Formats: sequence, structure tokens, C-alpha cells
Amino acid sequence: MRLSMTSKIGLWVTTALTLAVIYVPILVVVLNSFSTSRTLAWPPPGFTTEWWGKAFANAGALSAISTSLIVAAVSTLIALLLGTALSFALHRFDFFGKSTVNLLVVLPIALPGIVTGIALNNAFRTMLGMQLGWFTIIVAHATFCVVTVFNNVFARLRRVGTSLEEASSDLGAGIWTTFRLVTFPQIRSALFAGGLLSFALSFDEIIVTTFTAGSGVQTLPIFILDNMFRPNQAPIVAVVAVVMILIAIVPIYIAQRLTSNDSR
Amino acid sequence: MTTVSSSAPDRVGESPSRASLARRGSVFLYRHAKVRLALLLSAPLFWLGLVYIAALVALLITAFWTVDSFTGEIIIDWNINNITKVVSDALYHAVTLRTLGAALIVTLIDVVIALPIAFFMAKVASRGVQRALVIAILMPLWASYLVKAYAWRSILAQGGIIDWMLGPVGGSSPGYGFEGAVLTLAYLWLPFVILPIYTALERVPDSLLDASSDLGARTGSTFRHIVLPLIVPGIIAGSIFSFSLTLGDYIAVRIVGGATQMLGTLVYSNVGVANNLPLAAAVSLIPLAIIFIYLGAVRRTGALDNL
Repeated sequence: MRLSMTSKIGLWVTTALTLAVIYVPILVVVLNSFSTSRTLAWPPPGFTTEWWGKAFANAGALSAISTSLIVAAVSTLIALLLGTALSFALHRFDFFGKSTVNLLVVLPIALPGIVTGIALNNAFRTMLGMQLGWFTIIVAHATFCVVTVFNNVFARLRRVGTSLEEASSDLGAGIWTTFRLVTFPQIRSALFAGGLLSFALSFDEIIVTTFTAGSGVQTLPIFILDNMFRPNQAPIVAVVAVVMILIAIVPIYIAQRLTSNDSR
Repeated sequence: MTTVSSSAPDRVGESPSRASLARRGSVFLYRHAKVRLALLLSAPLFWLGLVYIAALVALLITAFWTVDSFTGEIIIDWNINNITKVVSDALYHAVTLRTLGAALIVTLIDVVIALPIAFFMAKVASRGVQRALVIAILMPLWASYLVKAYAWRSILAQGGIIDWMLGPVGGSSPGYGFEGAVLTLAYLWLPFVILPIYTALERVPDSLLDASSDLGARTGSTFRHIVLPLIVPGIIAGSIFSFSLTLGDYIAVRIVGGATQMLGTLVYSNVGVANNLPLAAAVSLIPLAIIFIYLGAVRRTGALDNL
């Protein structure tokens, strides 16, 4: 599109400003984790690595990290199985109620997290009489992680089409052989990307988690939330927050690289 | 796949003893598309239906129960007290209006900020810049919600970065409250709004824009009459996120909202502090109803396919 020089410059500046607004808060957290101020005063009066050392010696933070890693890994595994099956069903078949199924997948993220959270809390506690803990967190996380795997695999299936599989079965390969040698290699990177995104999603999740975790299990986001309002813990929370950004952002970057062609 | 003759799979030479069962399964599945579909669908539908839909229905049912004020146990005693309370109590009216207002303001802010950057990404930037920008927008989208809310807590704080920046011109941070919560929520959902609008803009053919300016339209009227009508589904898709996420938020509101009450904080305090799940369930039906009305209203625009 032909644009005048002024509107082009205007768009450049707006874009740069928007990006700055997006990234400055994250940068502030990173700087705060090195700040010598206990109250996170701005600008930081000086810099130190003391909090990083203290955070890595903090038993609560360490166990919260491992809890979050386990929860994210198990939920991702479940989401991979369910999401892949669903994407094949919706891509390869036409059936009654297909659009309803499609809506059903999106619902757990389209509805406010608090509704999902309280619905699951109520189902586990009131209806089933269960104690909240590992099991309930993982079930809840897997439920909303399905959609990320589904989206990635579905986009890939749509891109690669079925012609190679048809060729494979024309050449005499059975369903398993075709899946192993033709279909799976085609969707492998999408599975990996969907899995990474779902991992990051679960690792970060806080709203649904507060309703399904109970008091016994502390994930990393819950650790941060619990300690955020305690004045002395501020620098350690900043360190843990940076760790959380790092653990979440690396998989997202890789996932983005793996699937950058799927949307076109 | 359906047009291939059904005897084809019998030709591959694997050792018959080892592979015969797998082979027979393969042939059977190959010939019965319905069985394949059933196998693929059963587990996910079982999970989503049993875990999620059943939980939503149960939530609806619980809203009609009550809590014993002495023991704190839930009693199955069908009544509509919770619903009447939520519908008629002035507190819930005020909070619902406040939350709706916040959701609308946040959505508006996000769409206004998202349009230029999405337009720049889709139509102005070179291929390389475009790719870099998509990644730059996507990364914070997935990067911890909690950390971002926490970042705003320190930004909005007294003596924080906003005070530091606005101080010289006589301004100050809005502090923790409704304004702080709206700012933070707008920040949190911004990437969710940018991406669908960007995707919609990408699908607008450049030739239409060229034709419009060839015919003498200025940039502004090309945007208003050509681009905007085509990207409405994308804008609505983005607004679903910002609107719905704001309606249900309670963490960010707790972190930067000070004493501000929103529907989310009411639900949470009823579950956690007051231990009154039936009332919390009744309150949570408000955002649920609003979202369903919203989704129903926008369904016809095709926005749901853009999610």
C-alpha cells in the first residue's frame, strides 16, 4: 500500500512505542531482581547478585519449581494425546456435531479462567468429594492445554494435506506403517511445538491453579503470589519471576520457529 | 483415501507371524472410517465432556444449593436464594457494572493500540521485520501472566517508574485501584488482541488497497471503507479475549487493584474466605452469562473461526 512519508513514520513510531510498552515492564522485573533496594524503589540505587544466590537456596522456591515442572510435563503429555486425536478427527472426518466439538475444545480458554476454576473446584470438592492436590491440578491443566496442541497439529494437518498418505496407502502401506513413516514425520515438529506451548501455558497458569491446588501443593506461580505481599521477600520474588520468564520464553521461541510456516 | 481399492494393504511384505494382528487391525480400520473416527474422538470427548462440561453443569446446579451456616457444609436444599441475592443485591449490581465497564475500557484501549501496530506488521513492514515483530508480540503473550501483573505492581508503586517519569511534569502514578487495574489488564491482553487483527489484515489483498488509492481515496478513507469492514471479524476475535479475560480476572485485580472489587474477586472471596461455594457459583454465572451473550452475538460475524 502506498502511504505518505508522514503516515509511514507515524506507524513506525507507534509500533516502536507499543513494543516499548510491552517490554519495559518485563525489563523492570529483570532489573529489580538485581536491585539493592528491598522495596523495589526506582531507579534502583545499586546492583547486586545477592538475591539470586538467596533465591537458589530458598527451599520453598526450589520445591515450587519442581512441582510446576512435573505438573506441566504430565498435563502436556495428556494434552498431546487428546489434542492430536481431536485434530485428526476434525481434520479427516465430517460428522454430526463437528462444530460443537470444535467449540468444546476452545471453551476452556474462551471462558473466563475463574469460571473454569470454580467449576472444577466445585466438581472435585462438592460433587466428587475429592481432596485438592496433584491430581486435580493436573486434570485442570490438561483440560485447557488440549487446545494449544490441537491448534498446532490441526494447522499442520491442514498445511500438509493428505496426498502423501494417499500415495503411501496406494503403494501398499497399512495404517500403522503410513502413520509411522509418513504422517508422524510430517506432524512431528508441530507436536513438539504444541507440547512446548502447552508446557509453558501450564507452567504459568495461576487462576485455575488457585482453585484446584488446595493447600498442600505449591506451584511456582502460587509461590510468587503467596510471597508477593510479604515485604521482605520482594527481591526473591523478582528473581523467581525472572526464572519463570526464562523457563516459559525459551520453549515459546523454539515453538514459534518450528511452526512459523503453518499459518500461511 | 476413500477411493483406493480395499485390497491394497495386503501387498506389503512384513513377516506374517509377527505383524498379522497389527495387519488385520490396519485393514479393519482402513475399511471402517467410522471406527477410526470413534477411536480418535472417544478419549478427548470423554475428557472434555466429563471433566469440563459436567463441571460447568455441576456449577449451575450448585448455585441452587445452600451452605449450613454452622458447619460450613454444603446442603442439597433446592432454592433460588443465591440467584435472587445476586440479581437483586445492590453490591452485585455495582460490581457487575464496574467489571463490565473495565472490560469495555480495556477492550477499547487494546483495539486502539493494536490497530496501528497490526497494520504496520501486515502491510508496511518488510518480510524480515514482520517475522521479527510477530515473534516479539508472541513471546510476551505466553510469558507469565503473573510476572507481568507483578511487574505492573512495581511500576505503579509509589516511587515506581511511572512516578519517576511523570514526576518532572507534575504527574503521578494512579497507584493501586481501578485505574491501575484497567491499565494492567489492558497491558496483559494486548498481544491477544494484536494477533487476530494482524492475521485478519494479512488476509486483506494488497490489490484492494492499491485499487482504492488508484481511484483517488485517501489513506484514511481507504482504511475506513476497505480495510476496516474486512477486518471486523479479527477485531471481534481479539475483543473476545480482552473482554472475557477481563470479566474473569481476579489475580491482577488483587495485585494492582487495591480494594477494587470485581466479579472475579467476589467469586474468589466467596470460595476462599467465606467458604460459600453455592453463592460463588451463583456469582460466577454472571460473567458466564455475559460471555455467552457476547459469543452468541458475535457468532454470526465469523469471528469464532478467527480464534
